[in-house]
Amino acid sequence: MHELSIVQNIIGIIQSELSKHNITRVKSISLRIGRMRQVVPDALFFAFECLSKDTPLEGAEVKIEDIPIKGRCRNCHHEFILENWQENCASCGENQMDIISGKELEIAEFEGT
Amino acid sequence: MKVSLVTNILQANERIAEQNKRLFDEKGILAINIMSAPGAGKTTLIEQTIRTLKNEYRIAVIEGDIQSTHDADKIAATGVPVVQINTGGACHLDGNMISQTFDQFNFDAMDLLIIENVGNLVCPAEFNVGEDFKVMLLSVPEGDDKPMKYPLMFYESSALLINKIDLLPYVDCSIEKIRTESWQINPDLAIFEISAKQGEGVDAWLDWLKIKINEKANSK
Repeated sequence: MHELSIVQNIIGIIQSELSKHNITRVKSISLRIGRMRQVVPDALFFAFECLSKDTPLEGAEVKIEDIPIKGRCRNCHHEFILENWQENCASCGENQMDIISGKELEIAEFEGT
Repeated sequence: MKVSLVTNILQANERIAEQNKRLFDEKGILAINIMSAPGAGKTTLIEQTIRTLKNEYRIAVIEGDIQSTHDADKIAATGVPVVQINTGGACHLDGNMISQTFDQFNFDAMDLLIIENVGNLVCPAEFNVGEDFKVMLLSVPEGDDKPMKYPLMFYESSALLINKIDLLPYVDCSIEKIRTESWQINPDLAIFEISAKQGEGVDAWLDWLKIKINEKANSK
């Protein structure tokens, strides 16, 4: 359900940018979303369709760059992608790591006319 | 035309959360955000915490629920100031909902503000409300697969309270598995095993919390 709040925020941020760039119609929006955010793309697309109606964003294509969860081993600093959290460091076997990506929730850019 | 933004989508909430945090910092108040699934025992834990600490510290509570004043009524019975937020469907609290309660509190007479989030294992982890740290409650009947299923919760929390350990003989849940997998997601997580209802293990949590309250009061 957080998709609804996320979309509300996306629309608010982009609407506040439109006049600065003389844009009246948004064609596409590019998002960067880390897997830790557990965003469901279909729920996000649906929320966008509902909330963008009758705004300059209506009909815009929403693109999501899916960013994997990356850890850095606390022991040997090896960096690796985590598929399901079960993995230990592939280099030294240690299981303590710092998360270095996968938490992103950003608007990268948008395109309009 | 292409416009490059690279903007945090939740920046509006972050800004309000920072304002809230500044107020708590100025007043030396420790604010904690308690999160869990529905029914994990948040309110019982808060009642226990208040009963033990209320003679030593000035405590206030913000209760977040979709509907009802059930939890706030229980907290009010302990004698501390409490405000109920009804989110009316929203599955988490955000910074703005918290700041809207501020006119109902006296922050000059407060050491600890406990914020009970809406029961939910996904969304509350995403929205800062201005807290010093987040505390997660996981009750053993929920099972030991939760760290893998809801990693952001475990990642964002500073303390994990494994609750209802008095029910361990009756449920299929390995504390060891919860500990191992939680620490894999967040190696700095403080973990306590408690029964908020029976009182077992609660002292260790309260000792840890008291250190944090004192540190915050002294940082003013």
